[in-house]
Amino acid sequence: MEPIVKVERLRKTYRDTVAVDDISFEVRDGEIFGMVGPNGAGKTTTIECLEGLRKPDKGTLRVMGMDPQVNGQFLRERTGMQLQQSNLPDRMKVWEALDLYASFYPKSADWKVLLSELGLSEKRNTYFSKLSGGQKQRLFIALALLPDPQLIFLDELTTGLDPQARHAIWDLVREVRLKGKTVVLTTHYMEEAEKLCDRVAIIDHGRIVALDTPQELIHNLGAEERIVFRLKGSLPTGFEKAFSGETRVEVQGDRVVIHGKNGRKVPLVSEVVSLLSEKGIQFSDLRTEQPNLEDVFLSLTGRDMRE
Amino acid sequence: MKSLSKMAWVESKLFLREPVGAFFTLIFPLMMLFIFGSIYSNVPAGPASGGPQAIGSLIPAFTAMVIGITGMMPITITMATYRENGILRRLRTTPVSPLVVLVAQVVVVFSMTSLGVILLGIAGWLVYHVQFQAHPLSLLGGFIFSCLSFFGIGFILAGIMPNARTAQIIAMVLMYPMLIFSGAAWPSELMPAAVQKVSAFMPLTYVVNLLRGLWINESWGQHTTDILVLATLLVVGVLTSIKLFRWE
Repeated sequence: MEPIVKVERLRKTYRDTVAVDDISFEVRDGEIFGMVGPNGAGKTTTIECLEGLRKPDKGTLRVMGMDPQVNGQFLRERTGMQLQQSNLPDRMKVWEALDLYASFYPKSADWKVLLSELGLSEKRNTYFSKLSGGQKQRLFIALALLPDPQLIFLDELTTGLDPQARHAIWDLVREVRLKGKTVVLTTHYMEEAEKLCDRVAIIDHGRIVALDTPQELIHNLGAEERIVFRLKGSLPTGFEKAFSGETRVEVQGDRVVIHGKNGRKVPLVSEVVSLLSEKGIQFSDLRTEQPNLEDVFLSLTGRDMRE
Repeated sequence: MKSLSKMAWVESKLFLREPVGAFFTLIFPLMMLFIFGSIYSNVPAGPASGGPQAIGSLIPAFTAMVIGITGMMPITITMATYRENGILRRLRTTPVSPLVVLVAQVVVVFSMTSLGVILLGIAGWLVYHVQFQAHPLSLLGGFIFSCLSFFGIGFILAGIMPNARTAQIIAMVLMYPMLIFSGAAWPSELMPAAVQKVSAFMPLTYVVNLLRGLWINESWGQHTTDILVLATLLVVGVLTSIKLFRWE
C-alpha cells in the first residue's frame, strides 16, 4: 500500500542556513510518527513543508498521494494541522472558534461532540486568552480534528505544558489514533517520543540520524540496564561474581546498583532477584532503570539533548 | 458563503468586545455632536452661524469622521495584529480563501460604521430636531462609496506595516491631522485660508465635501472632483490590498 506520507531527499535552506538536509522517510497509515530532536534541528521546517506552508528547495513530497505545493487546497480540506506558532483572537470564545472553523470545511465533524471529547465543555464560553496552555492546545487539537481528517499534523504540541497537562494530551493523541487516523508529530521531549510514538525519526542538524520504533532504537543502542535496590544488612562476599556475563556491582551505603549489558539471555532483574532470595538477603525498593531515547540521542550525536 | 457570514458575525462580536474601537465608532461621534450641539444652540439662529440647520450640517461631517476613524484604525490594527500573532497563519491551514478574510473585515467595519452613523442621526433628530432633507438613495450611495474608498487605506496600511504596534501608531499619526484638517471634526470654514489649503491633501476632505453636498441635496454632478479622488482611492485600495495581503 502507498504510504500516507512520503518524503524523498527533502532539502530546505534559509539564506546561508541549511534547515533540512536531504531527509527521506515514509509514514504508514494509522501510526503515530514522531520527529524528535533539539530546537533548530529542522523538525518544524519538515512538517511545514508537508503542510504546504513552505516550499522545499529540493526533493519530492507526497501527502495522501498529493504534492502539497500543487494540491494545497485538497490537502487543507482533508488534513488536520496544529502549528507551533499560531493563535486565535484574544476575545474569541471557544465555541465561536469551533463553529467558525467548522464552516470552512465542506464536510466537517460535529464540533459539539469534539468539545466534550476534548474536555472543553465547561470552557465553551471562555475567551481564548483566558484559557490555560493545556486548554489552548486541546482547542487546537479540536480545530485540527474538525475536517475529520485521515491525517493530522501536530507540531510541538506539549511544549510549555506541565507534566499533568502533557499526559492528558498524550491520551488524546492515542485516542485520535484509535479512530484509525494517522498522526505526524514533532517534539523535543525524548520522553514524549518514546511513550507516544510508534516510530521515531531522530533529527539533528537537518538530518535523520536514526529511524525506528523507540524499543528498537533503545535495544540497538546495546546500552546497559541498571538494577537498583536498598539493602537491609550486608552483601555476602563473592556476591559480585555470582552473575553470568558482564556485570558491575556498586555499593553506596545501603544502596546497591548492579550494571549489566542489555540483551542477555536471562534478564538481569530475574537473576538478581533469585540470587537475593536464594541467599536470604533482605532488600527493598528494587527497581530497574532502562536506557531511554535520551541515551540513544547522546550516543548518536555525542551531545546531550538539553545542551 | 457560509464561512463568510460566520466570520463576519464572529468578527462583529469581536469588534464590539474591543472597548476602544467600539468607543470611537459608536460613542465618540455622539459626544462630538453634543459638544458642538451645545455650542451652536447658544448662538442666535442664522444660516451659517447656528441653529438646527448648522447642527444639521454637522451630521454629514461627523459621518465622514466615523468613516475616517473606522477606515484607518480597526482595519489596520486588526489585520496587523492577526498577522503578527499568527491568527492568519492558523487560518491559512484551512481551506478558507484570503478573500473571505478581507471581505468579512469590510462587512464588519461597514456595519459598525453604519451603526455609528445611525446613532448619530437618531441623536441629531431627537435632541436637536435636525431635519432630513437629502435624497435617501443618493446619500446612502455616497455613504457606501465613501466607506469602501476609505477602507482601502486601512488595508494598504495593514499590508505595509511590519507589526501591530507600528500599525497602531502610524494609523493614529495619520488619522488625527486628517480629522482636524479635512473639516470632519469641525467645519473647515472656521479654519484660516492657509490651513484650508492643507486639507486638499487629506483624502477625508473629499468624503466631507461629497457627504455635505449630498446632505443638502446637491447632485453627484456637482462633486466630480470628490468622486474622481474617491474612485481612484477605491481602485488603488482594492488592488493593493489584494496584492499586499500576506498570511504571515
